[in-house]
Amino acid sequence: MTDLSSQFQQQIREAVENENPVNLVGGNSKSFYGREARGDSMHVAGNKGIIDYEPTELVVTVRNGTALHELESVLAEQGQMLGFEPPCYQNSATVGGAIAAGLSGSRRPFSGAVRDYVLGCKLINGYADILSFGGTAMKNVAGYDLSRLMVGSMGSLGLILETSLRVVPMHEMESTWCQEVKSDQVIGVMSAMLQKPLPISGLYYDGARLFYRLYGTADAIAQSANTLGGEEYASHDQLWSDLNHQKSDFFQDKTPLWRISVAPATEQLPLSGQCVLDWGGALRWLKTDEPAEQVFQTVADVGGHATLFREGKRDEIIFQPLPPDLMQIQQRLKQAFDPMSVFNLGRMYPEF
Amino acid sequence: MTYQIHSSERIHHSANRAEFITCLTEILPAQSVLTEIEELKPYECDGLPAYTQVPWVVVLPETTEQIQSIMKLCHQQGVPVVARGAGTGLSGGALPLSNGVLLSLVRLNRILKLDIANRTACLQPGVRNVTISQAVEQYGLFYAPDPSSQIACTIGGNVAENSGGVHCLKYGLTVHNLLKITLVTADGALLSLGGEGLDGPGYDLLALLTGSEGMLGIAVEITVKLTPIPEAVNLLLAVFGDIEQAGEAVAGIIAAGIIPAGLEMMDNATIRAAENFVKVGYPVDAAAILLCELDGARVTVNAETHRVEQLLVEYGASEIRLAVDSGEQQKMWAGRKAAFPAIGQISPDYYCMDGTIPRKQLGAVLKHISELSVQSGLAVANVFHAGDGNLHPLILYDANVPGELEKAEQLGFDILVYCVKAGGTITGEHGVGVEKINAMCVQFSAAELEQFHRVKAAFDPAGILNPGKAIPTLNRCAEFGAMHVHADVRHSHLDRF
Repeated sequence: MTDLSSQFQQQIREAVENENPVNLVGGNSKSFYGREARGDSMHVAGNKGIIDYEPTELVVTVRNGTALHELESVLAEQGQMLGFEPPCYQNSATVGGAIAAGLSGSRRPFSGAVRDYVLGCKLINGYADILSFGGTAMKNVAGYDLSRLMVGSMGSLGLILETSLRVVPMHEMESTWCQEVKSDQVIGVMSAMLQKPLPISGLYYDGARLFYRLYGTADAIAQSANTLGGEEYASHDQLWSDLNHQKSDFFQDKTPLWRISVAPATEQLPLSGQCVLDWGGALRWLKTDEPAEQVFQTVADVGGHATLFREGKRDEIIFQPLPPDLMQIQQRLKQAFDPMSVFNLGRMYPEF
Repeated sequence: MTYQIHSSERIHHSANRAEFITCLTEILPAQSVLTEIEELKPYECDGLPAYTQVPWVVVLPETTEQIQSIMKLCHQQGVPVVARGAGTGLSGGALPLSNGVLLSLVRLNRILKLDIANRTACLQPGVRNVTISQAVEQYGLFYAPDPSSQIACTIGGNVAENSGGVHCLKYGLTVHNLLKITLVTADGALLSLGGEGLDGPGYDLLALLTGSEGMLGIAVEITVKLTPIPEAVNLLLAVFGDIEQAGEAVAGIIAAGIIPAGLEMMDNATIRAAENFVKVGYPVDAAAILLCELDGARVTVNAETHRVEQLLVEYGASEIRLAVDSGEQQKMWAGRKAAFPAIGQISPDYYCMDGTIPRKQLGAVLKHISELSVQSGLAVANVFHAGDGNLHPLILYDANVPGELEKAEQLGFDILVYCVKAGGTITGEHGVGVEKINAMCVQFSAAELEQFHRVKAAFDPAGILNPGKAIPTLNRCAEFGAMHVHADVRHSHLDRF
């Protein structure tokens, strides 16, 4: 339990006064993600500890430097979990980093994204003010929702000091089932499954096999599996953990890896390369040598957005280019939080 | 009473009304521009009738292009604009301005697209909440957020207020069920936020816009997520002789790892009023009743129902009723859903508060409310979204008795201050509007309010969208003299409140 907020505030005050940009570093487990930020590294993982956790309130308040796996094990002791199944690429991954990156795992279409679980946060903005937004209440509409805005902002709006997260009970039981499905049929199969009220908590296609994770009582799982068909898959935990933490063979490659977010029933995109589908088709991981412009354009044509997730050229465009109006409002928001441009410059877009 | 906008929040302009109306009639057919007092009067308030203001002019556009033209005109002339859906909001968020345009969105009421394969619906802002679920029921789907006003309120208003409902404990608020918004900005441009998938590029402006009370832009197309209708639903009604026991039962159910679809509590005053109003057989002698709805796969729901029944008995419920068919369930819910009008029948006026507190503070907060109620001489009935800690104390008063409205406002304010001290917030789902704008000075520091103002300015530099709502100016707070009392969760167990 260490509270370094005053020290951080002082460091940021100096950075602002000297117009000296800082590159916020938590557990350094996602340093590959996004563009390279300009500025000196400021290490923030030392601010750690669970401040408050009351299982019956379904809320935990944690400092940003708390290791994700530590938080998850504390929750597990109470039969609870983070409903968004955050990826953890290295053991050093922190809660602050998970919020700033805003990445959610396979449960996302069924139980929500990181931002859906953020109830409040305390942060330092580019005026070196310590601010609190939201709180620990499940419902709160007092003021603009600035805590959710922090999710996925890649540290560019300020330093997150603390976050209050809603937590959920673990399911009584979960198991995974698997069947072979042809790639030209898989979108239709998944879409049909998702229109039914089935207790699904994961739906993933590896290019040949469709995996679905079911939850509930043993009877409920058996009944749903019976409806859906397929065989029970033995390495259940391993499968989802390898997918979310990108440990499976698919992710061990030097080909540029793209994260593509589209409407789930979008047919296979006309892009070469190898692709797996998570989130029932709404999240697609594509390994391709296609030029970045080609990927961005193809995905934009179907109303989605693409991110060059790993490998590829980091100093170029990583996140989906924005239409000019949208880019302008994002730049103004950045300014609203960080007028002297000290936080994670260029990590998201070259413009800010 | 006529609401007086704070001088620091008034947007001044020098547009001539007659000339401005002429400009509006170049954009809209003459019958879509309301200018006469008898036409304007129906718009003088929203669902919070305590404050009124006859608008300068009302416009009823039918297309996005018309809204863009109206905003361009207003932007150019510096005329402020208040957007309004069905006007069911309870915090005065759609209260008009004496020198501003009231922009009604009710004529944009079409469902633009149902995409069953992707389980989404694209809607114009004036589509009523309940019609979404009605339109997709044939596909086995529904739209989850269900505010009590759902037969009247519009999806545009739901976005502006981040509306909840009795099922948001399990299915989330409006923010959790939105995928995309097309926004008309303060200067009349179009912005697309979110995306066709489950997230969008860049900053999460979709989350920021949700609940922003019409101050950052006007949503003109809204894509929502649809959810499969659960296979089975069970509803339990538990009777308690002690309200704190009922509160403990709520914590007990959550601690057992069960997330009900809805978990509602009513106190004795509300039970009596509701029973008097709908006659569904509520136990009028009970100190509190809990309504607990469980849904999902049939076998899971049955197992959970059994478990919850056991827990309710353990926590002291004196009687438990189970409704399994939808007719019985509707009857059981009817009293809860009609709680507000029921109170309206026993009291000439009521003032509905919307504080949210940590569930564990329920006993202390209810005790304090009852003390405040005795002190002020006004009765309070409590309805509680128990599962998510959202308390609706209804303050009973008579506006015709001189001084009672002021007394009710003071009591409401004192209740909100106590909610903040108990680690909660001044509004869970009804919004700040004008009603709780002074209480914002209590909940937020000057630096936090300034950050809100900077965010507003990023979208609306001239401040023409819904001025004087939701975020108080520092001048207002200084005059109001409120002290900011951030709760410290670390010491919330201390009995100092």
